[in-house]
Amino acid sequence: MTQPLNYLKETASQTAGPYVHIGLIPAMAGFDIFEKNFSNVLVTPNTEGERITLEGKVLDGTGTPLRDVLLEIWQANASGRYNHPADRSAGALSEEFRGWGRAGSNFESGLVTFETIKPGAITDRAGRTCAPHVNVWIVARGINIGLNTRLYFSDEEAANAADPVLNLIEQPSRRSTLIAKRTERAGKVVYSFTINLQGPEETVFFDV
Amino acid sequence: MNAQAPASRDPRLNRPEPLTPPLGDGGFFQRDRSIHPPAHAPGYKSSVLRSPRLALLSLEGSISEITGPVFGHNDLGPLDNDLIRNYAKDGDPIGERIVVHGRVVDETGRGVPNTLVEFWQANAGGRYRHKKDTYLAPIDPNFGGCGRALTDDTGYYYFRTVKPGPYPWRNYVNSWRPAHIHFSVFGSGFAQRLITQMYFEGDPLIPICPILTTIPDKDALDRLVAPLDLNASTPFDSLAYRFDIVLRGQRSTYFENRTAGN
Repeated sequence: MTQPLNYLKETASQTAGPYVHIGLIPAMAGFDIFEKNFSNVLVTPNTEGERITLEGKVLDGTGTPLRDVLLEIWQANASGRYNHPADRSAGALSEEFRGWGRAGSNFESGLVTFETIKPGAITDRAGRTCAPHVNVWIVARGINIGLNTRLYFSDEEAANAADPVLNLIEQPSRRSTLIAKRTERAGKVVYSFTINLQGPEETVFFDV
Repeated sequence: MNAQAPASRDPRLNRPEPLTPPLGDGGFFQRDRSIHPPAHAPGYKSSVLRSPRLALLSLEGSISEITGPVFGHNDLGPLDNDLIRNYAKDGDPIGERIVVHGRVVDETGRGVPNTLVEFWQANAGGRYRHKKDTYLAPIDPNFGGCGRALTDDTGYYYFRTVKPGPYPWRNYVNSWRPAHIHFSVFGSGFAQRLITQMYFEGDPLIPICPILTTIPDKDALDRLVAPLDLNASTPFDSLAYRFDIVLRGQRSTYFENRTAGN
């Protein structure tokens, strides 16, 4: 026998269910309850950085868009710094950018959008430069434990090629599942993405 | 209501000292996936087409996951943790008045302070205020069914509500959800993000729920069932249920012992 270690066990995950909007985005459920609401708009008029729209869908194993999915994103600011006390990197912090937002997919099309800024490159704790990226967390009916993935940017080819996380992916062809494609639409910069939960193009998901 | 954190029923939750030496990298403890439901759990039919089939890529503690959004009291309104009042139009909602309370701690037993806890539920008849819910039980005009709270310095949270009802759903032809409250919790880093559901002691639907039984570990399932907490109830007002939530533990960081930027 030994002394017991007595660590607690993490609480088990359960699906967010089809009515996740009630708790997290009540306006989408069809009612107005809180004075202050979280949204898919991460920027204020004073946020520094290049304004971008992230736009995409999450597809099930038949290729059908999930129409009841909820995404959250977490990202660094334009200087590459996270608005969190554990990030001691040199970039400037701003009150005008929390770096987090959430969005539900459109109930008809399944489209998910975020209005944000393009994050800067990040210096990780080993001093390596990481390509600009947005961290994504996905929950929905039928998803038993939230899925973690990332979005990188198609116009950052050199940075992506050197990124330590993208290079952890053994099959180079799978790296492209994390790259959002840049287009311009009516003068706005739009990055488009598709997250495939299954199939030959299955997105890379992380155990973080 | 009493905002004082009561002693936990589990003495480990009250252990004051941290359990990790100050030499770590600040990453989170590896997630023990054996106590979580697998992504593909055929008894819960919706999971079949929505579950990744390839192995997850392990990513040890990068700055992107150790950090996470920070929330404060400015994000909340004064009635956000009172579901009896936060949508009341012309009276109180119908149902058993209850208080749900507990602590958010990590795997070392330390309280997780100032973290956002969000919750949502059906009304006493088992109907959600959601435009996609078509169950025949009526909407309660005085009940929204959602709220949120920030934990205090010890990780304690509480809210007041009515007990939700069970309801039928499309899985097998006669599947019913046990009464439950959904919880969303942040923690200090994005890798601690968790959504779960709290169930109520004594509910006969618990052992036959296709969603609950996706959890392969009996003890992990039991930890989602909140006991009646008579000591925390208010006589002639409301019963109380206790629900503690454990998030992943975190290794200490040596950065704490150095000047910023090193």
